[in-house]
Amino acid sequence: MPPDFRKIVFGLVIFLILVTLPLWTNLLRGTAPLEDPEISTRDVPGKDRCVREAEYMKANHMDLLNEWRETVVRDGERGFVTVDGRHFDRSLDRTCMDCHNKQEVFCDRCHNALAVSPYCWDCHIGARETKDGSTALR
Amino acid sequence: MTFGFSLFVVALLIAIPALGAAAGGHAFWGVVIPYAALAIFLAGFTARILGWARVPVPFRIPTAGGQQKSLDWIKSSRLDNPHSAWGTIGRMALEILCFRSLFRNTRVELREGPKLAYGSSKWLWAAALAFHYAFLVVFLRHFKYFVEPTPAWVTAIQGLDGFFQVGLPVLYVTDALLLGAVAFLLGRRLLDARVRYISHAADYFPLLLIAAIAVTGVLMRYFFKVDLLGVKQLAVGLLSLQPVVPEGVGAMFFVHLFLVSSLIVYLPFSKLMHLGGVFLSPTRNLPNDNRMRRHVNPWNYPVKVHTYEEYEEEFHEVMKAAGLPLDKEKSCPKAS
Repeated sequence: MPPDFRKIVFGLVIFLILVTLPLWTNLLRGTAPLEDPEISTRDVPGKDRCVREAEYMKANHMDLLNEWRETVVRDGERGFVTVDGRHFDRSLDRTCMDCHNKQEVFCDRCHNALAVSPYCWDCHIGARETKDGSTALR
Repeated sequence: MTFGFSLFVVALLIAIPALGAAAGGHAFWGVVIPYAALAIFLAGFTARILGWARVPVPFRIPTAGGQQKSLDWIKSSRLDNPHSAWGTIGRMALEILCFRSLFRNTRVELREGPKLAYGSSKWLWAAALAFHYAFLVVFLRHFKYFVEPTPAWVTAIQGLDGFFQVGLPVLYVTDALLLGAVAFLLGRRLLDARVRYISHAADYFPLLLIAAIAVTGVLMRYFFKVDLLGVKQLAVGLLSLQPVVPEGVGAMFFVHLFLVSSLIVYLPFSKLMHLGGVFLSPTRNLPNDNRMRRHVNPWNYPVKVHTYEEYEEEFHEVMKAAGLPLDKEKSCPKAS
């Protein structure tokens, strides 16, 4: 074997360890469970369905929230009419989180798992569930 | 033609999983394919490196871009023509991290006159640098799908990458850079007649494949959203050897995964092997100390030699009789 063979094998071993690092991390340290979010909803009279269908909301809720924010902040228009003619207030706290009142299991579960840090909570204080199940401001 | 062939193969690599995943069998596309690809990649990469490691490199190959170390009062170029181990490490670092060789790229033009003009051309260097670093950051960002909980350094990279907060989901600078650089490198091969002349399918195919990977990734992030939690469950399952196949991840993801699998399968058997090969470049990783140290060829076998002295000894009488001049006689003082 050429004199540099050992050095090259050493380098190769380092590469193989680096490239399989996620595997070792998961096997040795274990993984935290990846739970599906709880589509937790509180029964609110007069609100039986979401503003858009679940399929759309799952993929594009951020677009809707973004649009709501801009419409409210720039144009001051709070009134939102759904495709099927229902009226809502364009408000994260008063509309979304009125029903989806468990931020930890509804919002945060996915966001944390996917390392998404939306800046909603930079301004909004968010909702926390209280013992009687109603929404409470933190 | 070579470009057309590469395009056709990449289209096939998109169509097969697109149709296949739409028909079902997600366990095959999501578990069997990536595991097989990973196994081929690791085995192939190891075999290639070990093959290269067995090749003896007995001499230094001084393709130097600077003054060699000689007399003390002549300034030598320590990085471009290193004679010490640290200098060599510096040259390797410049090559691997900064693409020093590409920085030297020149362009030749025939101008009016006719005059031959040589000029520095940094475009290839800049695009290659952007391409490789953007690809590295994109790869590192993907660690958020590989382990749970997501490491802090991944979140940090991600935050820096989306620093400008353009659009929603936030545009990653590296996504734009990677696509732009791939487009440049591909355009260079297609539009520059001289580069097109020396381009083969093996040059177009990896570029197109990486472009397809980047495009499917960008599409999934910004336009046709897939179930990312499902993606992460699948990826973490794969990488903890407990594969799960979540429902409804979306065919686009399986196309992306299949293309990445194709890339890593292709890597050990193609020019992409420069990933490991760059470390073994004999013109870069050996100090130029040919004049300071004697390098004996390790596979020289002992040659049976017959020196002139021994020859003269053997044929002394015959040569003397024939009146030939003899070295031994010459050195002796005359008897008579």
